[in-house]
Amino acid sequence: MTKMSGAQALLESLEKHNVDVIFGILGGAILPVYDELCSHPKVRHILARHEQCAAHEAEGYAKASGKTGVCMATSGPGATNLVTGLADAYMDSIPIVALTGQVPTAGVNTSYMIGRDAFQEADIISIVTAVTKYSYQPRNISEIPQMVNNAFHIASTGRPGPVLIDLPKNIQTGIDEVEFTNKVNIRGYKLITEPKPQKISQAAELLAKAERPIILAGGGAISADASDEIVQMSDLLMAPVATTFMGKGVFPEMHPLSLGCIGMHGNPAANRIIGEADVLLAVGTRFGDRATATLSAFAPDAKKIHLEIDNAEINKNIEVDVPIVADAKKSMQALLSATKTKLSKGEGTTWTKRVKEVKEQLSPLLKDRPRDVVPKQLLMALRELLPENGIVTTEVGQNQMWSALYFKALKPRTFISSGGLGTMGFGFPAAIGAKVACPDRPVVDIAGDGSFIMSEQELACSVSENIPVVVIVLNNSVLGMVAQWQRALYDRRYMAVNLGKTPDMVKLAEAYGAQGIRAQSIEEFQKAVKQALSSHVTTVIDVPISPETDVVPFVPPGCGLPQQRGDY
Amino acid sequence: MEAGTTKVISVLVENKPGVLHMIANLFRRRNFNIESITVGPSVETDSARMTITIHGDEKTVDQVVKQLAKQIDVLKVVGLEHGHLVMRELSLIKVAVKDAKERSDIINLVEVFRGRIVDVATDSLMVEITGTPDKIDAFLNLMHTFEILELARTGITALGRGTKSIRIDE
Repeated sequence: MTKMSGAQALLESLEKHNVDVIFGILGGAILPVYDELCSHPKVRHILARHEQCAAHEAEGYAKASGKTGVCMATSGPGATNLVTGLADAYMDSIPIVALTGQVPTAGVNTSYMIGRDAFQEADIISIVTAVTKYSYQPRNISEIPQMVNNAFHIASTGRPGPVLIDLPKNIQTGIDEVEFTNKVNIRGYKLITEPKPQKISQAAELLAKAERPIILAGGGAISADASDEIVQMSDLLMAPVATTFMGKGVFPEMHPLSLGCIGMHGNPAANRIIGEADVLLAVGTRFGDRATATLSAFAPDAKKIHLEIDNAEINKNIEVDVPIVADAKKSMQALLSATKTKLSKGEGTTWTKRVKEVKEQLSPLLKDRPRDVVPKQLLMALRELLPENGIVTTEVGQNQMWSALYFKALKPRTFISSGGLGTMGFGFPAAIGAKVACPDRPVVDIAGDGSFIMSEQELACSVSENIPVVVIVLNNSVLGMVAQWQRALYDRRYMAVNLGKTPDMVKLAEAYGAQGIRAQSIEEFQKAVKQALSSHVTTVIDVPISPETDVVPFVPPGCGLPQQRGDY
Repeated sequence: MEAGTTKVISVLVENKPGVLHMIANLFRRRNFNIESITVGPSVETDSARMTITIHGDEKTVDQVVKQLAKQIDVLKVVGLEHGHLVMRELSLIKVAVKDAKERSDIINLVEVFRGRIVDVATDSLMVEITGTPDKIDAFLNLMHTFEILELARTGITALGRGTKSIRIDE
């Protein structure tokens, strides 16, 4: 037991959890914690320029590193600005811990107490209940170490997600006896990690007998670090591997059995092949609507095995034949050894031949001349310039779907995007967070001009904190994805999608002290990327493209995956 | 309330502030319809027991149970089996009384339903009645021939029959 302030107890607890960086913005109600940061030089604070971006930076850090990201804001507007980031992390199951200041629970001047509509008071716990895995508000200083332990445990285990700790100011400043512990004590939080042997043998039976097996890997496979097992399983079964958008990178996309992403804007071969499979092994996916399209047409002939850590996802969207609730890596290991006893090596000639044939037929990579300044050629050129472990983040919209289609991710945790919530403005701060986690690797945000504008102020953070990332703005002066919908589904009646006279991205970058380069040909683009990667200065590469370019294929709402449209 | 599609779920939760908000929020955001919800302390004083009645098909009920179980402050969730539970609701009804005949009519009906008169005023009576929701509905139907001034129903509380109990797993 040591006497100390709540702020000190918090910082020491964070250090015990190896927190080396906090993304945040300060304000009145969190000042005691910031003051304490002066005495903890091992914890780096990165000053974001908007709290939403602080949360996305923590997400990018978490996605790139696999560690829990930490963000911090003051009470009231600081806290409410975090909400979109928390909702994003909740939807994509990203482990982050958010710290917020709060007005005091008690004090000499009672008008400052919680519940009295004090200056910058917001009931953030109520606000975030729907978008966090859990939230805490300590009422005693001595509770802080246990709460921090619990918060990190909840955020990072099971199905990961965001946890918020709301810190009343008098709890930060007050002094009490504090005891540190390594224990986690949450009796209502029970983790199931080991798969049931009976389910594993049922699944192995199905896989060993499958004639047309397919593996579908989601974001959960990346969280569980099950990449190697998926590669081994594909090899054993001779099974093609498709991913959801969130699973992109868990299986090397240059592999002959890789199909890319399924979905509304999925790889056409993946959308086709999944409809022909007789056994589907789904690993760490919630069968989101953008991945499955109309449920009745989703892998209709396949027996379905579902490996999932969250029991509530079983039969939520898709009825499955063999549910296995456990850690995806452990399940895959158990399933691999059980399947090996029944099958030495998938014969698979007919099936793999079919996969190859469909991939060749439906390749979205063949059209266009290689010199055209179109997203496909730009993203293929980028792949060649980036090392295997280079990290790509994306914004939301056409830039994101083009990246999913044409940028081949080769390793897990190298493709980071906002999948579930679809948060425009996510990519750039996420890139900053990823770069902080992986300072020795290049990090590139593939952006559209619409999304980039939503968080361009983080150029100030990137430049002044010396976190050099590259932003590629596919600039069509239009909110492209919604424009595409208005083109396809609203008879070209464009409303509110034209961005008009957009800022000069080169000058914008320069105004912040970053490097701005305009590229109007593939050669100029390649040169700009090389220059950006070698210069170690934050760089915005502005690439004007046509506003009429669609993302294809497109599975219209209400249709099944095989009903994909578009000239691909 | 259609027969066979109403399910009673017993939920043991942490007895602390914010838990009811969390549960109500969960139902709203997952688009589940609650028929009734009752809360009170459980055997151990640090936990509370909620009895939730919902209306929905088997798939919906399955999702409700799973989503509840996933909440960190939820310690145990059990869907009570139809026919293997004792289900009660309490209702207080304030009825206007015009004359002595009405008064005796009401008292007679209350006796038939094994209710009690818990308050008597010059021109009103307060009735307490306990039973299954069906019994209370039937009683209220009859009471509607009089002038009901106020009505309060607690919602369903229930326990499974037999020795087997719902306890927190250690």
